Amino acid sequence: MSDVLVLAEHHESEIRKVTFELITAARALGTPVVLWLGTGCGDAAVAAMGGFGATKILVADSTDVSDHPVVPGAEIVASLIESMKPAAVLVASSADGKEIAARSAIKSGCGIITDAVDIAPDGTVTQSIFGGSTVVHSRVTHGTPIITVRPNSITASQSAATAVVENITIAISDAAKLVSVTNRNVVEKGARPELAEADVVVSGGRGVGGAEGFGVIEALADSLNAAVGASRAATDAGWYPHQFQVGQTGKTVSPSLYIANGISGAIQHRAGMQTSKVVIVVNKDSEAPIFELADFGVVGDLFTVVPQLTEEIAKRK
Amino acid sequence: MKIAVCVKQVPDTWAEKKLKADTSTLDRESADGVLNELDEYAVEQALQLVEANGGEVVIVTMGPERAAETLRKAISMGADAGIHVLDNNLAGSDAIATSAVLAKALQGRDFDLILFGSESTDARMSVIPAMVAERLGLAQVTFAQKVNVDGTTLIAERVTDYGFDTLTTSLPAVVSVVEKINEPRYPSFKGIMAAKKKPVETLTAADLGLDPSVVGAGAAWSAVADFAARPPKPAGVVITDEGAGGTSIADYLTTSKFI
Repeated sequence: MSDVLVLAEHHESEIRKVTFELITAARALGTPVVLWLGTGCGDAAVAAMGGFGATKILVADSTDVSDHPVVPGAEIVASLIESMKPAAVLVASSADGKEIAARSAIKSGCGIITDAVDIAPDGTVTQSIFGGSTVVHSRVTHGTPIITVRPNSITASQSAATAVVENITIAISDAAKLVSVTNRNVVEKGARPELAEADVVVSGGRGVGGAEGFGVIEALADSLNAAVGASRAATDAGWYPHQFQVGQTGKTVSPSLYIANGISGAIQHRAGMQTSKVVIVVNKDSEAPIFELADFGVVGDLFTVVPQLTEEIAKRK
Repeated sequence: MKIAVCVKQVPDTWAEKKLKADTSTLDRESADGVLNELDEYAVEQALQLVEANGGEVVIVTMGPERAAETLRKAISMGADAGIHVLDNNLAGSDAIATSAVLAKALQGRDFDLILFGSESTDARMSVIPAMVAERLGLAQVTFAQKVNVDGTTLIAERVTDYGFDTLTTSLPAVVSVVEKINEPRYPSFKGIMAAKKKPVETLTAADLGLDPSVVGAGAAWSAVADFAARPPKPAGVVITDEGAGGTSIADYLTTSKFI
Protein backbone atom coordinates (compact mmCIF):
# COMPACT_ATOMS: atom_id res chain seq x y z
CA MET A 1 0.00 0.00 0.00
CA SER A 2 1.21 3.48 -0.69
CA ASP A 3 1.91 6.00 2.00
CA VAL A 4 -0.56 8.73 2.85
CA LEU A 5 1.03 11.87 4.24
CA VAL A 6 -0.77 13.40 7.23
CA LEU A 7 0.22 16.82 8.55
CA ALA A 8 -0.09 16.77 12.35
CA GLU A 9 -2.12 19.65 13.79
CA HIS A 10 -0.69 20.72 17.11
CA HIS A 11 0.20 23.70 19.26
CA GLU A 12 3.64 22.91 20.64
CA SER A 13 3.26 19.58 22.47
CA GLU A 14 -0.54 19.83 22.61
CA ILE A 15 -1.83 17.57 19.85
CA ARG A 16 -5.19 18.42 18.29
CA LYS A 17 -7.88 15.76 18.07
CA VAL A 18 -8.22 16.38 14.33
CA THR A 19 -4.78 14.78 13.88
CA PHE A 20 -6.28 11.43 14.97
CA GLU A 21 -9.22 12.01 12.61
CA LEU A 22 -6.77 12.62 9.75
CA ILE A 23 -4.80 9.44 10.57
CA THR A 24 -8.07 7.47 10.68
CA ALA A 25 -9.06 8.85 7.26
CA ALA A 26 -5.58 8.10 5.90
CA ARG A 27 -5.88 4.41 6.87
CA ALA A 28 -8.68 3.97 4.33
CA LEU A 29 -6.39 5.27 1.58
CA GLY A 30 -3.05 3.66 2.47
CA THR A 31 -0.40 3.65 5.18
CA PRO A 32 -0.49 6.77 7.40
CA VAL A 33 2.83 8.61 7.68
CA VAL A 34 2.69 11.74 9.85
CA LEU A 35 4.66 14.94 9.31
CA TRP A 36 5.21 16.92 12.52
CA LEU A 37 6.40 20.48 11.96
CA GLY A 38 8.25 22.23 14.77
CA THR A 39 8.70 21.36 18.42
CA GLY A 40 6.69 19.26 20.83
CA CYS A 41 6.76 15.77 19.32
CA GLY A 42 7.39 13.87 22.55
CA ASP A 43 6.93 10.18 23.41
CA ALA A 44 3.31 10.73 24.43
CA ALA A 45 2.42 12.31 21.07
CA VAL A 46 4.20 9.51 19.18
CA ALA A 47 2.39 6.82 21.17
CA ALA A 48 -0.97 8.57 20.74
CA MET A 49 -0.56 8.84 16.96
CA GLY A 50 0.64 5.25 16.78
CA GLY A 51 -2.53 4.24 18.58
CA PHE A 52 -4.55 5.47 15.63
CA GLY A 53 -2.37 3.71 13.06
CA ALA A 54 0.51 6.06 12.24
CA THR A 55 3.46 3.89 11.20
CA LYS A 56 6.03 6.64 10.91
CA ILE A 57 6.38 10.17 12.29
CA LEU A 58 8.61 12.47 10.29
CA VAL A 59 9.76 15.31 12.52
CA ALA A 60 10.97 18.53 10.90
CA ASP A 61 12.03 20.64 13.85
CA SER A 62 14.28 23.62 13.23
CA THR A 63 14.25 27.36 13.82
CA ASP A 64 13.51 27.75 10.09
CA VAL A 65 10.20 25.99 10.68
CA SER A 66 9.27 27.56 14.00
CA ASP A 67 10.30 31.17 13.30
CA HIS A 68 8.54 31.61 9.95
CA PRO A 69 4.84 30.94 9.32
CA VAL A 70 3.35 28.61 6.68
CA VAL A 71 5.88 28.76 3.86
CA PRO A 72 8.63 26.47 5.27
CA GLY A 73 5.91 23.91 6.00
CA ALA A 74 4.72 24.12 2.41
CA GLU A 75 8.27 23.58 1.12
CA ILE A 76 8.63 20.47 3.30
CA VAL A 77 5.27 19.05 2.17
CA ALA A 78 6.16 19.72 -1.49
CA SER A 79 9.53 18.05 -1.02
CA LEU A 80 7.88 14.97 0.57
CA ILE A 81 5.30 14.77 -2.24
CA GLU A 82 8.27 14.55 -4.59
CA SER A 83 10.32 12.01 -2.61
CA MET A 84 7.60 9.84 -0.99
CA LYS A 85 5.07 9.94 -3.81
CA PRO A 86 2.19 9.56 -1.34
CA ALA A 87 -1.28 8.51 -2.51
CA ALA A 88 -2.69 11.66 -0.89
CA VAL A 89 -1.85 14.45 1.54
CA LEU A 90 -4.31 15.09 4.39
CA VAL A 91 -4.23 18.33 6.34
CA ALA A 92 -6.56 19.93 8.90
CA SER A 93 -8.81 22.78 7.71
CA SER A 94 -7.11 25.29 9.99
CA ALA A 95 -5.61 28.59 8.83
CA ASP A 96 -2.09 27.13 8.67
CA GLY A 97 -3.30 23.79 7.32
CA LYS A 98 -5.21 25.31 4.42
CA GLU A 99 -2.37 27.65 3.49
CA ILE A 100 0.30 24.94 3.64
CA ALA A 101 -2.01 22.85 1.45
CA ALA A 102 -2.57 25.78 -0.94
CA ARG A 103 1.10 26.62 -1.41
CA SER A 104 2.27 23.03 -1.71
CA ALA A 105 -0.47 22.43 -4.32
CA ILE A 106 0.99 25.20 -6.48
CA LYS A 107 4.59 24.05 -5.87
CA SER A 108 3.84 20.41 -6.71
CA GLY A 109 1.24 20.89 -9.43
CA CYS A 110 -1.44 19.11 -7.43
CA GLY A 111 -5.17 19.66 -7.12
CA ILE A 112 -6.61 20.69 -3.77
CA ILE A 113 -10.00 20.19 -2.11
CA THR A 114 -10.73 22.01 1.15
CA ASP A 115 -13.10 21.31 4.04
CA ALA A 116 -13.72 17.64 3.38
CA VAL A 117 -16.16 16.02 5.81
CA ASP A 118 -15.45 12.50 4.54
CA ILE A 119 -13.02 10.70 2.21
CA ALA A 120 -13.97 7.41 0.55
CA PRO A 121 -11.33 4.68 -0.03
CA ASP A 122 -11.31 5.56 -3.75
CA GLY A 123 -10.37 9.14 -2.91
CA THR A 124 -13.82 10.67 -3.46
CA VAL A 125 -14.23 13.60 -1.12
CA THR A 126 -17.50 14.68 0.49
CA GLN A 127 -17.97 18.38 1.23
CA SER A 128 -20.84 20.10 2.95
CA ILE A 129 -21.12 23.58 1.41
CA PHE A 130 -23.28 26.71 1.60
CA GLY A 131 -23.69 26.31 5.33
CA GLY A 132 -24.46 22.62 5.07
CA SER A 133 -27.34 23.05 2.62
CA THR A 134 -25.60 21.17 -0.23
CA VAL A 135 -23.56 17.96 -0.18
CA VAL A 136 -20.91 17.65 -2.92
CA HIS A 137 -18.77 14.70 -4.00
CA SER A 138 -15.60 15.53 -5.88
CA ARG A 139 -12.16 14.24 -6.72
CA VAL A 140 -8.75 15.69 -7.37
CA THR A 141 -7.93 14.94 -11.03
CA HIS A 142 -4.37 16.28 -11.28
CA GLY A 143 -1.30 15.24 -9.32
CA THR A 144 -1.36 14.03 -5.72
CA PRO A 145 -4.70 14.86 -4.05
CA ILE A 146 -4.18 17.46 -1.31
CA ILE A 147 -7.22 17.44 0.94
CA THR A 148 -7.98 19.58 3.96
CA VAL A 149 -10.38 17.99 6.44
CA ARG A 150 -12.81 19.84 8.69
CA PRO A 151 -12.29 18.97 12.38
CA ASN A 152 -14.97 16.85 14.10
CA SER A 153 -16.29 15.46 10.80
CA ILE A 154 -14.56 12.08 10.67
CA THR A 155 -14.81 9.85 13.74
CA ALA A 156 -11.33 8.85 14.89
CA SER A 157 -10.93 5.14 15.60
CA GLN A 158 -8.02 3.35 17.27
CA SER A 159 -5.89 0.92 15.27
CA ALA A 160 -2.66 0.17 17.07
CA ALA A 161 0.59 0.53 15.16
CA THR A 162 4.10 1.14 16.40
CA ALA A 163 5.16 4.51 15.13
CA VAL A 164 8.82 4.98 14.22
CA VAL A 165 10.19 8.49 14.60
CA GLU A 166 12.47 9.84 11.90
CA ASN A 167 14.01 13.29 12.12
CA ILE A 168 14.18 14.89 8.72
CA THR A 169 16.18 17.86 7.51
CA ILE A 170 14.93 19.60 4.42
CA ALA A 171 16.68 22.78 3.31
CA ILE A 172 14.39 25.81 3.53
CA SER A 173 14.87 28.51 0.90
CA ASP A 174 15.41 32.17 1.79
CA ALA A 175 12.14 32.97 0.02
CA ALA A 176 10.33 30.92 2.66
CA LYS A 177 11.84 33.02 5.42
CA LEU A 178 10.61 36.46 4.32
CA VAL A 179 8.19 36.72 7.26
CA SER A 180 9.34 36.27 10.86
CA VAL A 181 7.30 35.58 13.96
CA THR A 182 8.52 38.07 16.56
CA ASN A 183 6.02 37.22 19.28
CA ARG A 184 3.40 34.55 19.99
CA ASN A 185 0.54 35.91 22.05
CA VAL A 186 -1.40 33.16 23.77
CA VAL A 187 -4.80 34.31 24.95
CA GLU A 188 -5.75 32.42 28.08
CA LYS A 189 -8.76 30.28 27.26
CA GLY A 190 -8.75 28.40 30.54
CA ALA A 191 -9.68 24.75 30.70
CA ARG A 192 -12.32 24.84 27.96
CA PRO A 193 -11.85 22.68 24.87
CA GLU A 194 -10.81 24.14 21.50
CA LEU A 195 -13.90 25.56 19.76
CA ALA A 196 -13.37 23.91 16.36
CA GLU A 197 -13.04 20.44 17.83
CA ALA A 198 -15.24 20.58 20.92
CA ASP A 199 -17.86 17.85 21.28
CA VAL A 200 -20.29 20.34 22.83
CA VAL A 201 -20.55 24.05 22.01
CA VAL A 202 -22.64 26.58 23.96
CA SER A 203 -23.11 29.87 22.07
CA GLY A 204 -24.52 33.28 22.83
CA GLY A 205 -25.77 36.00 20.51
CA ARG A 206 -27.48 39.36 20.50
CA GLY A 207 -29.96 38.19 23.14
CA VAL A 208 -27.15 37.89 25.68
CA GLY A 209 -27.24 41.68 25.80
CA GLY A 210 -23.67 42.45 26.84
CA ALA A 211 -20.27 41.12 27.88
CA GLU A 212 -21.45 40.42 31.45
CA GLY A 213 -24.34 38.33 30.05
CA PHE A 214 -21.81 35.77 28.80
CA GLY A 215 -21.37 34.69 32.43
CA VAL A 216 -24.46 32.45 32.20
CA ILE A 217 -23.30 31.08 28.83
CA GLU A 218 -19.88 30.21 30.26
CA ALA A 219 -21.43 28.60 33.35
CA LEU A 220 -23.59 26.34 31.16
CA ALA A 221 -20.59 25.54 28.96
CA ASP A 222 -18.50 24.55 31.97
CA SER A 223 -21.26 22.28 33.31
CA LEU A 224 -21.07 20.33 30.02
CA ASN A 225 -17.30 20.61 29.52
CA ALA A 226 -18.14 22.59 26.38
CA ALA A 227 -16.48 25.30 24.34
CA VAL A 228 -18.07 28.75 24.25
CA GLY A 229 -19.06 30.27 20.91
CA ALA A 230 -20.57 33.59 19.93
CA SER A 231 -22.52 34.96 17.00
CA ARG A 232 -21.17 37.77 14.86
CA ALA A 233 -23.58 40.20 16.54
CA ALA A 234 -21.94 39.43 19.89
CA THR A 235 -18.34 39.59 18.68
CA ASP A 236 -18.91 42.74 16.60
CA ALA A 237 -20.38 44.40 19.69
CA GLY A 238 -17.21 43.46 21.58
CA TRP A 239 -19.08 41.29 24.10
CA TYR A 240 -16.93 38.23 23.40
CA PRO A 241 -13.53 37.81 21.71
CA HIS A 242 -13.46 37.48 17.94
CA GLN A 243 -11.72 34.08 17.86
CA PHE A 244 -14.86 32.50 19.34
CA GLN A 245 -17.11 33.65 16.52
CA VAL A 246 -19.11 30.87 14.86
CA GLY A 247 -20.40 31.53 11.35
CA GLN A 248 -19.61 32.56 7.84
CA THR A 249 -16.70 34.82 8.68
CA GLY A 250 -15.67 32.89 11.78
CA LYS A 251 -15.25 29.26 12.78
CA THR A 252 -17.20 26.35 11.37
CA VAL A 253 -18.11 23.79 14.01
CA SER A 254 -19.84 20.39 13.86
CA PRO A 255 -20.14 19.25 17.47
CA SER A 256 -22.39 16.46 18.73
CA LEU A 257 -24.38 19.06 20.65
CA TYR A 258 -24.83 22.78 19.90
CA ILE A 259 -26.78 25.01 22.27
CA ALA A 260 -27.72 28.39 20.72
CA ASN A 261 -28.80 31.03 23.21
CA GLY A 262 -30.23 34.37 22.12
CA ILE A 263 -29.12 33.76 18.53
CA SER A 264 -31.61 34.58 15.77
CA GLY A 265 -30.04 32.22 13.25
CA ALA A 266 -29.24 34.38 10.24
CA ILE A 267 -27.52 32.50 7.38
CA GLN A 268 -24.30 34.15 8.51
CA HIS A 269 -24.46 32.11 11.74
CA ARG A 270 -26.10 28.94 10.40
CA ALA A 271 -23.28 28.54 7.87
CA GLY A 272 -20.96 27.88 10.79
CA MET A 273 -23.02 25.37 12.81
CA GLN A 274 -25.65 23.78 10.57
CA THR A 275 -23.87 20.41 10.50
CA SER A 276 -24.01 20.06 14.31
CA LYS A 277 -25.61 16.73 15.18
CA VAL A 278 -28.08 17.88 17.87
CA VAL A 279 -29.16 21.53 18.17
CA ILE A 280 -30.84 23.06 21.23
CA VAL A 281 -32.25 26.58 20.97
CA VAL A 282 -33.21 29.09 23.63
CA ASN A 283 -34.67 32.33 22.28
CA LYS A 284 -37.31 34.86 23.35
CA ASP A 285 -38.56 35.26 19.79
CA SER A 286 -40.62 32.25 18.65
CA GLU A 287 -40.22 33.46 15.04
CA ALA A 288 -36.39 33.31 15.13
CA PRO A 289 -35.16 31.24 12.13
CA ILE A 290 -32.78 29.30 14.38
CA PHE A 291 -35.79 27.29 15.61
CA GLU A 292 -35.91 25.66 12.13
CA LEU A 293 -32.70 23.85 13.05
CA ALA A 294 -33.71 22.96 16.60
CA ASP A 295 -34.07 19.36 17.72
CA PHE A 296 -35.37 20.85 20.93
CA GLY A 297 -36.22 24.51 21.48
CA VAL A 298 -37.49 26.67 24.28
CA VAL A 299 -39.16 30.00 23.64
CA GLY A 300 -38.20 31.96 26.71
CA ASP A 301 -35.78 34.30 28.46
CA LEU A 302 -32.30 32.83 28.36
CA PHE A 303 -31.50 34.47 31.72
CA THR A 304 -34.04 32.21 33.44
CA VAL A 305 -33.86 29.12 31.21
CA VAL A 306 -30.07 28.81 30.99
CA PRO A 307 -29.26 29.10 34.74
CA GLN A 308 -32.04 26.59 35.47
CA LEU A 309 -30.54 24.20 32.93
CA THR A 310 -27.04 24.64 34.41
CA GLU A 311 -28.41 23.88 37.87
CA GLU A 312 -30.29 20.79 36.62
CA ILE A 313 -27.16 19.45 34.93
CA ALA A 314 -25.19 19.88 38.17
CA LYS A 315 -27.89 17.98 40.08
CA ARG A 316 -28.00 15.07 37.65
CA LYS A 317 -24.27 14.51 37.38
CA MET B 1 2.79 53.48 -1.58
CA LYS B 2 0.98 51.56 -4.28
CA ILE B 3 -1.64 49.14 -3.01
CA ALA B 4 -3.74 46.58 -4.88
CA VAL B 5 -6.90 45.21 -3.29
CA CYS B 6 -8.27 42.00 -4.82
CA VAL B 7 -12.05 41.78 -4.51
CA LYS B 8 -14.68 39.26 -5.52
CA GLN B 9 -18.33 39.54 -6.44
CA VAL B 10 -20.30 36.96 -4.46
CA PRO B 11 -23.99 36.14 -4.09
CA ASP B 12 -25.67 38.30 -1.46
CA THR B 13 -24.57 37.03 1.97
CA TRP B 14 -28.18 36.65 3.08
CA ALA B 15 -29.35 34.73 -0.02
CA GLU B 16 -29.69 30.95 -0.27
CA LYS B 17 -26.88 29.70 -2.51
CA LYS B 18 -27.06 26.75 -4.92
CA LEU B 19 -25.04 24.95 -7.58
CA LYS B 20 -26.03 24.80 -11.27
CA ALA B 21 -27.07 21.34 -12.45
CA ASP B 22 -25.17 21.48 -15.76
CA THR B 23 -21.76 22.76 -14.64
CA SER B 24 -21.73 22.03 -10.88
CA THR B 25 -20.60 25.63 -10.39
CA LEU B 26 -22.14 28.34 -8.25
CA ASP B 27 -25.40 29.73 -9.63
CA ARG B 28 -24.42 33.40 -9.67
CA GLU B 29 -27.52 34.62 -11.50
CA SER B 30 -30.04 33.42 -8.92
CA ALA B 31 -28.98 35.98 -6.32
CA ASP B 32 -27.85 39.60 -6.33
CA GLY B 33 -24.10 39.98 -6.71
CA VAL B 34 -22.44 41.99 -3.96
CA LEU B 35 -18.91 42.93 -2.95
CA ASN B 36 -17.60 40.11 -0.74
CA GLU B 37 -18.06 41.48 2.74
CA LEU B 38 -14.55 40.75 3.97
CA ASP B 39 -13.08 42.55 0.96
CA GLU B 40 -14.59 45.81 2.25
CA TYR B 41 -12.22 45.56 5.21
CA ALA B 42 -9.29 45.11 2.83
CA VAL B 43 -10.33 48.20 0.83
CA GLU B 44 -10.73 50.18 4.06
CA GLN B 45 -7.26 49.11 5.23
CA ALA B 46 -5.74 50.17 1.91
CA LEU B 47 -7.44 53.57 2.09
CA GLN B 48 -6.24 54.12 5.66
CA LEU B 49 -2.66 53.19 4.73
CA VAL B 50 -2.68 55.56 1.75
CA GLU B 51 -4.23 58.34 3.85
CA ALA B 52 -1.36 57.94 6.32
CA ASN B 53 1.51 57.31 3.88
CA GLY B 54 0.38 58.72 0.53
CA GLY B 55 0.03 56.67 -2.63
CA GLU B 56 -2.73 55.03 -4.61
CA VAL B 57 -5.21 52.17 -4.33
CA VAL B 58 -6.09 49.95 -7.30
CA ILE B 59 -9.01 47.52 -7.06
CA VAL B 60 -8.53 44.23 -8.93
CA THR B 61 -11.22 41.72 -9.75
CA MET B 62 -11.80 38.71 -11.98
CA GLY B 63 -15.36 37.89 -12.90
CA PRO B 64 -18.16 38.12 -15.44
CA GLU B 65 -19.49 41.36 -16.89
CA ARG B 66 -21.65 42.24 -13.92
CA ALA B 67 -18.64 42.06 -11.58
CA ALA B 68 -17.94 45.57 -12.97
CA GLU B 69 -20.63 46.85 -10.54
CA THR B 70 -18.73 45.35 -7.63
CA LEU B 71 -15.48 46.87 -8.89
CA ARG B 72 -17.15 50.33 -9.02
CA LYS B 73 -18.62 49.82 -5.57
CA ALA B 74 -15.14 49.14 -4.15
CA ILE B 75 -13.68 52.11 -6.05
CA SER B 76 -16.48 54.35 -4.72
CA MET B 77 -15.14 53.83 -1.20
CA GLY B 78 -12.24 56.04 -2.32
CA ALA B 79 -9.87 54.02 -4.54
CA ASP B 80 -8.09 55.46 -7.54
CA ALA B 81 -8.42 52.90 -10.33
CA GLY B 82 -9.56 49.40 -11.21
CA ILE B 83 -8.50 46.33 -13.15
CA HIS B 84 -11.20 43.93 -14.34
CA VAL B 85 -10.11 40.59 -15.77
CA LEU B 86 -13.11 39.72 -17.93
CA ASP B 87 -13.05 36.68 -20.18
CA ASN B 88 -15.67 33.98 -20.75
CA ASN B 89 -12.86 31.43 -20.96
CA LEU B 90 -12.22 31.98 -17.26
CA ALA B 91 -15.66 30.70 -16.18
CA GLY B 92 -15.40 27.70 -13.87
CA SER B 93 -11.77 28.37 -12.92
CA ASP B 94 -10.74 26.62 -9.70
CA ALA B 95 -8.60 28.27 -7.01
CA ILE B 96 -5.40 27.12 -8.73
CA ALA B 97 -6.36 28.82 -12.03
CA THR B 98 -7.84 31.89 -10.32
CA SER B 99 -4.58 32.46 -8.46
CA ALA B 100 -2.69 32.20 -11.76
CA VAL B 101 -4.91 34.86 -13.34
CA LEU B 102 -4.65 37.23 -10.37
CA ALA B 103 -0.87 36.77 -10.18
CA LYS B 104 -0.55 37.71 -13.86
CA ALA B 105 -2.81 40.73 -13.42
CA LEU B 106 -0.76 41.93 -10.42
CA GLN B 107 2.78 41.26 -11.52
CA GLY B 108 5.02 43.91 -13.03
CA ARG B 109 2.93 46.77 -11.62
CA ASP B 110 5.18 47.51 -8.63
CA PHE B 111 2.57 47.08 -5.92
CA ASP B 112 4.03 47.50 -2.43
CA LEU B 113 1.10 45.72 -0.89
CA ILE B 114 -1.53 43.33 -2.22
CA LEU B 115 -4.54 43.10 0.08
CA PHE B 116 -7.32 40.51 0.28
CA GLY B 117 -10.26 39.74 2.56
CA SER B 118 -9.46 36.54 4.47
CA GLU B 119 -12.18 34.52 2.74
CA SER B 120 -15.04 34.80 0.26
CA THR B 121 -18.47 34.13 1.68
CA ASP B 122 -19.35 31.75 -1.19
CA ALA B 123 -16.45 29.29 -1.63
CA ARG B 124 -14.91 29.93 1.81
CA MET B 125 -11.60 28.25 0.91
CA SER B 126 -9.27 31.01 2.22
CA VAL B 127 -6.48 29.83 -0.07
CA ILE B 128 -6.22 32.50 -2.79
CA PRO B 129 -3.97 34.94 -0.86
CA ALA B 130 -1.49 32.14 -0.08
CA MET B 131 -1.57 30.89 -3.68
CA VAL B 132 -1.02 34.37 -5.14
CA ALA B 133 1.88 34.96 -2.71
CA GLU B 134 3.34 31.61 -3.75
CA ARG B 135 3.09 32.43 -7.46
CA LEU B 136 4.59 35.91 -7.05
CA GLY B 137 7.26 34.78 -4.59
CA LEU B 138 6.11 37.45 -2.13
CA ALA B 139 5.95 37.54 1.66
CA GLN B 140 2.61 36.32 2.99
CA VAL B 141 0.87 37.79 6.03
CA THR B 142 -2.65 36.38 6.31
CA PHE B 143 -5.58 36.66 8.74
CA ALA B 144 -4.27 40.03 9.93
CA GLN B 145 -6.18 41.80 12.68
CA LYS B 146 -3.74 44.72 12.69
CA VAL B 147 -1.37 46.04 10.00
CA ASN B 148 1.22 48.78 10.43
CA VAL B 149 3.61 50.00 7.76
CA ASP B 150 6.74 51.93 8.66
CA GLY B 151 8.82 52.75 5.59
CA THR B 152 9.30 49.36 3.96
CA THR B 153 8.72 47.38 7.16
CA LEU B 154 5.38 45.74 7.74
CA ILE B 155 4.34 44.65 11.22
CA ALA B 156 1.09 42.74 11.58
CA GLU B 157 -0.89 40.63 14.00
CA ARG B 158 -2.02 37.29 12.57
CA VAL B 159 -5.00 35.64 14.27
CA THR B 160 -4.26 32.08 15.42
CA ASP B 161 -6.26 29.41 17.24
CA TYR B 162 -4.51 30.32 20.49
CA GLY B 163 -4.49 34.12 20.15
CA PHE B 164 -2.30 35.97 17.67
CA ASP B 165 1.25 36.06 16.33
CA THR B 166 3.13 39.28 15.73
CA LEU B 167 4.81 39.09 12.31
CA THR B 168 7.43 41.27 10.68
CA THR B 169 8.42 41.45 7.03
CA SER B 170 9.59 43.85 4.33
CA LEU B 171 7.42 45.14 1.51
CA PRO B 172 6.27 44.07 -0.99
CA ALA B 173 3.87 41.64 0.64
CA VAL B 174 0.53 39.88 0.25
CA VAL B 175 -1.78 40.51 3.20
CA SER B 176 -5.25 39.18 4.03
CA VAL B 177 -7.37 40.81 6.71
CA VAL B 178 -10.08 39.67 9.13
CA GLU B 179 -13.10 41.84 9.94
CA LYS B 180 -11.74 42.78 13.31
CA ILE B 181 -9.18 45.07 11.68
CA ASN B 182 -11.34 48.16 11.04
CA GLU B 183 -14.80 49.54 10.35
CA PRO B 184 -15.28 49.92 6.57
CA ARG B 185 -16.59 53.31 5.47
CA TYR B 186 -19.74 53.70 3.39
CA PRO B 187 -19.16 55.18 -0.05
CA SER B 188 -20.01 58.90 0.04
CA PHE B 189 -22.20 60.47 -2.64
CA LYS B 190 -19.07 62.25 -3.87
CA GLY B 191 -17.22 58.92 -3.93
CA ILE B 192 -19.98 57.24 -5.92
CA MET B 193 -19.99 60.05 -8.50
CA ALA B 194 -16.18 60.11 -8.68
CA ALA B 195 -15.98 56.31 -9.11
CA LYS B 196 -17.80 56.59 -12.43
CA LYS B 197 -14.87 58.57 -13.82
CA LYS B 198 -12.01 56.52 -12.34
CA PRO B 199 -9.99 54.57 -14.92
CA VAL B 200 -10.76 50.85 -15.20
CA GLU B 201 -8.64 48.58 -17.36
CA THR B 202 -10.50 45.58 -18.74
CA LEU B 203 -8.20 42.70 -19.63
CA THR B 204 -8.67 39.24 -21.16
CA ALA B 205 -6.66 36.12 -20.37
CA ALA B 206 -4.80 36.63 -23.63
CA ASP B 207 -3.96 40.24 -22.64
CA LEU B 208 -2.33 38.77 -19.54
CA GLY B 209 -0.35 36.32 -21.64
CA LEU B 210 -2.15 33.34 -20.15
CA ASP B 211 -2.33 30.08 -22.02
CA PRO B 212 -6.07 29.28 -22.36
CA SER B 213 -5.33 25.67 -21.39
CA VAL B 214 -4.48 26.69 -17.79
CA VAL B 215 -7.72 28.55 -17.03
CA GLY B 216 -11.45 27.87 -16.95
CA ALA B 217 -13.49 24.82 -16.03
CA GLY B 218 -11.57 22.53 -18.41
CA ALA B 219 -8.28 23.23 -16.63
CA ALA B 220 -9.55 22.54 -13.11
CA TRP B 221 -7.43 20.10 -11.08
CA SER B 222 -10.46 18.75 -9.27
CA ALA B 223 -13.89 17.77 -10.52
CA VAL B 224 -17.34 17.48 -9.00
CA ALA B 225 -18.83 13.99 -9.41
CA ASP B 226 -22.28 14.83 -8.09
CA PHE B 227 -24.10 17.02 -5.59
CA ALA B 228 -27.44 17.13 -3.84
CA ALA B 229 -29.37 19.39 -1.52
CA ARG B 230 -29.10 18.19 2.04
CA PRO B 231 -32.48 16.79 3.08
CA PRO B 232 -34.24 19.27 5.35
CA LYS B 233 -33.98 18.44 9.01
CA PRO B 234 -37.15 16.96 10.48
CA ALA B 235 -38.90 19.54 12.65
CA GLY B 236 -37.90 19.34 16.31
CA VAL B 237 -39.91 20.00 19.45
CA VAL B 238 -40.34 23.62 20.47
CA ILE B 239 -41.97 24.51 23.78
CA THR B 240 -42.70 27.81 25.49
CA ASP B 241 -41.07 28.36 28.86
CA GLU B 242 -43.62 28.40 31.63
CA GLY B 243 -41.13 28.10 34.46
CA ALA B 244 -39.57 24.73 33.69
CA GLY B 245 -37.90 25.42 30.31
CA GLY B 246 -34.41 24.71 31.62
CA THR B 247 -35.54 21.47 33.26
CA SER B 248 -37.17 20.37 29.98
CA ILE B 249 -33.88 20.85 28.15
CA ALA B 250 -32.11 18.87 30.88
CA ASP B 251 -34.68 16.07 30.38
CA TYR B 252 -34.02 16.11 26.63
CA LEU B 253 -30.25 15.98 27.23
CA THR B 254 -30.69 13.09 29.67
CA THR B 255 -32.81 11.13 27.16
CA SER B 256 -30.21 11.81 24.43
CA LYS B 257 -27.48 10.68 26.85
CA PHE B 258 -25.58 13.99 26.90
CA ILE B 259 -25.89 14.05 30.69
